[in-house]
Amino acid sequence: MEKFTRLTATACPLPLAGIDTDQLAPARFLKRKRSEGYGPVLLCDLRGAPGFPLDDPRYAGARILAARRNFGGGSSREAAVYALVDYGIRCVVAPSFGDIFASNAVGNGLLPAVVSEADAEAILHMLEAFTPSLTIDLEACRISAQGASWPFAIDPVWREKLLQGWDDIDLTLSRQGEIDAFALRYRTEHAFAWI
Amino acid sequence: MPRTLFEKIWQLHEILRRPDGQSLLWIDRHYVHEGSHVAFAQLEARCAAVAYPNLCIAVADHYAPTRPGPVAPEIAEMAARLTHNSGVHGIRLSCWDAPDQGIVHVIGPERGLTLPGLIVVCGDSHTSTHGALGAIGFGIGASEVAHVLMTQTLWQKRPKLMRVTVEGTLGPGIGAKDLALCIITQLGADGGRGFAIEYAGPAVRALSMEGRLTLCNLTIECGARCGMVAPDEMTFAYLRGRPHAPQRFEAACESWAKLPSDSGAEFHREITLNAADIAPIVTWGTSPEDALPITGNVPDPARIENPVRAAHAREAAAYMGLHPGQKLVGITVDRVFIGSCTNSRIEDLRAAAAILAGRRAVIPGLVSPGSAQVKRQAEQEGLANIFTDAGLEWGNSGCSLCVGMNGDLVQPGQRCASTTNRNFRGRQGPGARTHLMSPAMAAAAALTGRLTDVREIKPGRI
Repeated sequence: MEKFTRLTATACPLPLAGIDTDQLAPARFLKRKRSEGYGPVLLCDLRGAPGFPLDDPRYAGARILAARRNFGGGSSREAAVYALVDYGIRCVVAPSFGDIFASNAVGNGLLPAVVSEADAEAILHMLEAFTPSLTIDLEACRISAQGASWPFAIDPVWREKLLQGWDDIDLTLSRQGEIDAFALRYRTEHAFAWI
Repeated sequence: MPRTLFEKIWQLHEILRRPDGQSLLWIDRHYVHEGSHVAFAQLEARCAAVAYPNLCIAVADHYAPTRPGPVAPEIAEMAARLTHNSGVHGIRLSCWDAPDQGIVHVIGPERGLTLPGLIVVCGDSHTSTHGALGAIGFGIGASEVAHVLMTQTLWQKRPKLMRVTVEGTLGPGIGAKDLALCIITQLGADGGRGFAIEYAGPAVRALSMEGRLTLCNLTIECGARCGMVAPDEMTFAYLRGRPHAPQRFEAACESWAKLPSDSGAEFHREITLNAADIAPIVTWGTSPEDALPITGNVPDPARIENPVRAAHAREAAAYMGLHPGQKLVGITVDRVFIGSCTNSRIEDLRAAAAILAGRRAVIPGLVSPGSAQVKRQAEQEGLANIFTDAGLEWGNSGCSLCVGMNGDLVQPGQRCASTTNRNFRGRQGPGARTHLMSPAMAAAAALTGRLTDVREIKPGRI
């Protein structure tokens, strides 16, 4: 997994609440294999509408999105994260995220940065009115643009995982001995839990 | 020290805990559906095997055709991939035509695969459903599906605990769907984030197993990790005799009886509702939190103080083709859908049939039972005939019009009275407008072609 430390890039404002995973990656595209790429799928039912920010040349090549509350709620489809990552997004800034989405995001090197509702509005305003660019500093957990700066929150374990570029499966397989010992004991003590 | 139901199950499954607080958990049941193809591709890339194929159960539901006849090649391909992956890895599979096929969250409890005290995962957010049996059930992404396939474990941070207590008794015609939507509206679509919810109180205990499954199913719509109801005599009676129920059943019941939260166990947050205050609920907007009693009106954004919330209300009403202040009763509906992992069990079908019996629907609709077994039972009970006599279509089981993957879609701009779980923009098809409600309310809408207060409709002639 690609490490995430600091990123200065074009940031696109999406002043919408509740951008759910059905919108990020509509159901009809979930037949795609991962290798086919999900970039063109991203928010495709919203794109093309007049004035939709992602189509605005000011925000072309965006690697950061800023949105309102409950980003990525709903379905557990990891395709929502693939769509963002394949489009080029490495960080989403919002006041709250869907739980499963955020976990999927971190597993794919995408940073879900949680800011207060007031700071989210300030960041959206900054991107719309002043500069289409943000700096995300994961070490310091801060977002900055044009001399202004806002803190963001992320679970410390997720922060470490993004900073180090950890892969969960390799980490788990290094504990195989403990898993096997547990399984043996558990199977004896909780026979009804087995099929 | 007194412990909660959640803590007891969590501790039983904790293989190890890292200093940073992450726990490696043992997973008892892993359900996979057609969407698992991305995860199996990850296994293939690593030349990895499935660690415990006997604890993995495959079922084809997301793309399952609801109607007989030819299937589009790209849909058939999804079943073929699941069949191939199950075969390669030695996983038991119920494909579309199997007698035990159904929606994964219906067949898990129905076959006695989901049991109290287990940890259950699936690459589907509505895995919270399984908590109704006193299990921890939660949805995971494709990479986590691959992780469980390879290791039978998952890294998790322990969530905070919330108890939602419902006092009193639900009124006539009001069920688990109304209760769940009411809770989501109170908490907000992200208000449960970071929590595991335990439902308690007399109104919850009084729910049937089907009702508890509906309640836990919708827990994900307030953003919580999982929802649970403590196992009791009703749970044991439901499980007794099911195909995969433990052979030493009484011994299992004895150990399950120790699972409920101890008195004095502490929760990080407590919420109490009075069941008597709950009316039949419908959604008016594009999030399950956009829900109101059927007697209400579409909110007026001008009266919402928070500008972000006001903007959402304006955009949601515009998408739904509604105007501020419009009465919910009487909104014209184009079609009805009764089904999905939320409301497709036998009790749901009985509730809808009780309204429709001996009457004709004035709009088209589809009824999709939750499993092949529910379908057989509904046909034996005469419910299927009630639906078809009313002019509704009686289909096969699957996710169908809840997620629109199998080709069942609501047309752009059409309005659907739906017993499903998400009224997101485009969920039932691009431009589709979804109103969530209970099976009885959907049946009432079918009779009138409008959003209708089911309390004003007398049960039909059976």
